[in-house]
Amino acid sequence: MSVSTSSTPALSGAATSPAVVQQSATPALDKIRIENLSFFYGQNRALKDITLSLTENQVTAFIGPSGCGKSTLLRVLNRIYELYPNQRAEGTVLLDGEDILDPKQDRNVLRARIGMVFQKPTPFPMSIYENIAFGVRLYDHLSRSEMDERVEHALRGAALWNEVKDKLHASGTSLSGGQQQRLCIARTVAVKPEVILFDEPCSALDPISTSRIEELIDELSSSYTIAIVTHNMQQAARVSDHTAFMYLGELVEFGETQTIFTAPKQKKTEEYITGRFG
Amino acid sequence: MSMQPDKVRLRSLSARRRSANVLFQSLCYIATALGLTALFLILGSLLHNGLGGVSLRVFTENTPGPGSQGGLRNAIVGSAIMTVLGVCVGTPIGILAGTFMAEYGRYNRVTPIVRFINDILLSAPSIIIGLFVYELVVVPMGGFSALAGSAALALIVIPVVVRTTEDMLLLVPNSLREAAASIGAPRSVIIRSVSYKAAQAGIVTGILLAIARVSGETAPLLFTALGNLNFSLDLKGPMASLPLIINQFASSAYPEWQSLAWTGALIVTAAVLLLSIAARVLVSKRSD
Ligand SMILES: Nc1ncnc2c1ncn2[C@@H]1O[C@H](COP(=O)(O)OP(=O)(O)OP(=O)(O)O)[C@@H](O)[C@H]1O
Ligand SMILES: [Mg+2]
Repeated sequence: MSVSTSSTPALSGAATSPAVVQQSATPALDKIRIENLSFFYGQNRALKDITLSLTENQVTAFIGPSGCGKSTLLRVLNRIYELYPNQRAEGTVLLDGEDILDPKQDRNVLRARIGMVFQKPTPFPMSIYENIAFGVRLYDHLSRSEMDERVEHALRGAALWNEVKDKLHASGTSLSGGQQQRLCIARTVAVKPEVILFDEPCSALDPISTSRIEELIDELSSSYTIAIVTHNMQQAARVSDHTAFMYLGELVEFGETQTIFTAPKQKKTEEYITGRFG
Repeated sequence: MSMQPDKVRLRSLSARRRSANVLFQSLCYIATALGLTALFLILGSLLHNGLGGVSLRVFTENTPGPGSQGGLRNAIVGSAIMTVLGVCVGTPIGILAGTFMAEYGRYNRVTPIVRFINDILLSAPSIIIGLFVYELVVVPMGGFSALAGSAALALIVIPVVVRTTEDMLLLVPNSLREAAASIGAPRSVIIRSVSYKAAQAGIVTGILLAIARVSGETAPLLFTALGNLNFSLDLKGPMASLPLIINQFASSAYPEWQSLAWTGALIVTAAVLLLSIAARVLVSKRSD
């Protein structure tokens, strides 16, 4: 990656053009394009005019102090906020050029395309096998053996297969925290989404599980578009291609990870990254 | 040296806390012991007075006339029929209403009102429910009937099941629902496959509580099923039931009747106990 790339801070209003950011030979596409997105919890505005893009098959990290709206932003992208009344998004979110906030879009199909892994592992109260098969069954009718294959493939993809292959019918909740989180990743991958959103996936995990999951994110990024929220600067630097720094519901700076961490354009970004606040 | 008074104060403080702890713990133990003693006294007297009367005859012969021998067949069958009918009608309604309150209508303004009314129904004296069903079913149908009895029992089942279903579903963390939604599960699938699964032990306990409650109810059957000294399977006619028979026989002057009342009480207790053990085993097997 060349540092000379001019990634315009989003504050100036000019959107970062992926053609400028991306230096590799294959042209990078905007998988998700967020334009002038605002979000409201009742009267409280948690996101203010966010504009940025998630590049296809790359990892975008979201950093910023607690309460700045990182989780809120992810929760808009798969419309999970719609489970609650009084939560409202304004603006445009394009997935492959289609506005997903359009009420006409089927939110369940959308969520199958944009998976999400949460901060706390949330295995369903079912067996390990069923945890994965449950989601697959919603959209695919597979034969018994095809399902077995899909489950194995997903568990291998989440680096969990070797640990659980002899107890696929044990309860998902009987696994350790790190294993549960990998089960949740496997479950998300199994429904073959196009985008995966990670909201602090490692914050409840030990260093070994954390590095496992970071490796996993790295592998997944070759076939999925990934967004990850993290409080761990090193993690953001390690796993992401682009980084967005948010503060008080606004996008302060967005650009290549290397640029953000070595030569941030905004004073706030620099202060946050060097640990002077947040 | 300035530490000295502090240490003394700390020591007396911790001594005081320790004795407060001992006192509180003892009170808890005593209360538990009192409760258990009462329970064992009840079970003991049931076994003592009722076990002697248990024989094949209890299950094969109908309730006798005053002063003669007989069994409880009509009452056992009647109780079983009306309890099963009442529970089968009341449970789905209760579960669906509880599901509405905890899932679809959690943020709905109607839900607190429904909860309030349900709580009133839950605490209403069961004799009032009997009178209500009398007006609503018995009078229009022109007579006492097992159907009316079942309806009264269903009205007792519903609020119990509504309450426990709602409470248990509210205990299911939203993060589980969000996780299911985030792989594309529609609302109805989330409720059936995730919320119910997570809450199943609690919901089953609620149903059991309801069964236990209605299998001992006498008052709501007095004006509805009335009771019947003969064997009857006619849902449109009066039907016998164990609690009614126990009520009638226990207060009689005939020793044969009194003894049958004890036996009937023992059978009701044993049936409820076996049912809850069976359900618990089933639930724990399924959630493994
Ligand atoms: N359910 C909610 N109802 C009302 N306000 C909320 C709700 N969830 C979040 N907020 C508010 O929205 C703002 C952004 O919250 P959000 O959870 O997105 O922050 P975050 O950046 O993810 O923080 P953290 O790093 O602590 O997870 C906060 O000010 C918060 O108080
Ligand atoms: Mg958050």
